[in-house]
Amino acid sequence: MLDADFFRRWLTAAAVCVDREAGRLTELDSAIGDADHGSNLQRGFAAVTAVLEKEAPQTPGAVLTLAGRQLISTVGGASGPLYGTLLRRTGKALGEDAEVTPGRFAEALRAGVAAVAQLGGAKAGDKTMLDALEPAVAALGDTTASFAAASEAAERGALATVPMQARKGRASYLGERSIGHQDPGATSSALLITTLAEVSS
Amino acid sequence: MSAGKLVGIVLVSHSKEVAESVAELATGLAGGGTTAPVGCAGGTPDGGLGTSAELIAAATAAVDQGAGVAVLVDLGSAVLTVKALLAEGDELPDGARLVDAPFVEGAVAAVVTASAGGDLDAVQAAATEAYDYRKV
Repeated sequence: MLDADFFRRWLTAAAVCVDREAGRLTELDSAIGDADHGSNLQRGFAAVTAVLEKEAPQTPGAVLTLAGRQLISTVGGASGPLYGTLLRRTGKALGEDAEVTPGRFAEALRAGVAAVAQLGGAKAGDKTMLDALEPAVAALGDTTASFAAASEAAERGALATVPMQARKGRASYLGERSIGHQDPGATSSALLITTLAEVSS
Repeated sequence: MSAGKLVGIVLVSHSKEVAESVAELATGLAGGGTTAPVGCAGGTPDGGLGTSAELIAAATAAVDQGAGVAVLVDLGSAVLTVKALLAEGDELPDGARLVDAPFVEGAVAAVVTASAGGDLDAVQAAATEAYDYRKV
């Protein structure tokens, strides 16, 4: 079973990971974006860590919805509303239970990913974070969620964005010049899912 | 429309200067008599380029007279942030609405219509119609 502490540990570890990888994310974003993905996520996840310490939410759903709210208000770029929506919708889908099964979380995360797709109007293959998130939730399975399998699928999905041409976001203005670069959003999504696997092992 | 209350307009841009200049242009062109309240949420709170949920929430609250608020946006994260805030349900005033319109032309149409006493539907229709005006 997964409790509020598990999700706090996940997001705190994600903040550490984003901090460590910020330079690489920004470098990827300088190739096809506006070179702020790393610093934007750093700011957002630092705010998430701070608010989780201060307010100490007691249920998995409350941890995720509060974190999502922070990302929407502090990131400043498109990744804020997108990751914010991912966490909030996932959190809302979990309801108010004190503990959830991995299978239930997998189902909630699937709802979160669907909300991201709806918000951005994107689908897999558009060279966005969905190219990591959709394979991840597909690999999670329905009953016994395998976070390790999700992590591998997300990493593969992020790598698979290299030959794609961007069809959403600022990178889409580059047309064919977006080909040959790994998508920063898919990369940070893979980091998030990989951190989940690390925290759960 | 409800007794003297005007629809508020909020302009959300990645740039503080763009939001403020478009507001100045739109209110200037709507001039003469009462102008609808126009709020700006441009850039990040520290003056950088980007979108601030905080500034959007403050601007919509400031222009809300109870007749609704039409929110016009420029690019990427401005669109997504307003949509995400509206999806939250309690972040923006009741009657706040994202209006699908070209930023400059839509702002002028929205402010003129709102200043003339048009309701939220009329403001939205006028702003969206700005897409139909072809320049070539």
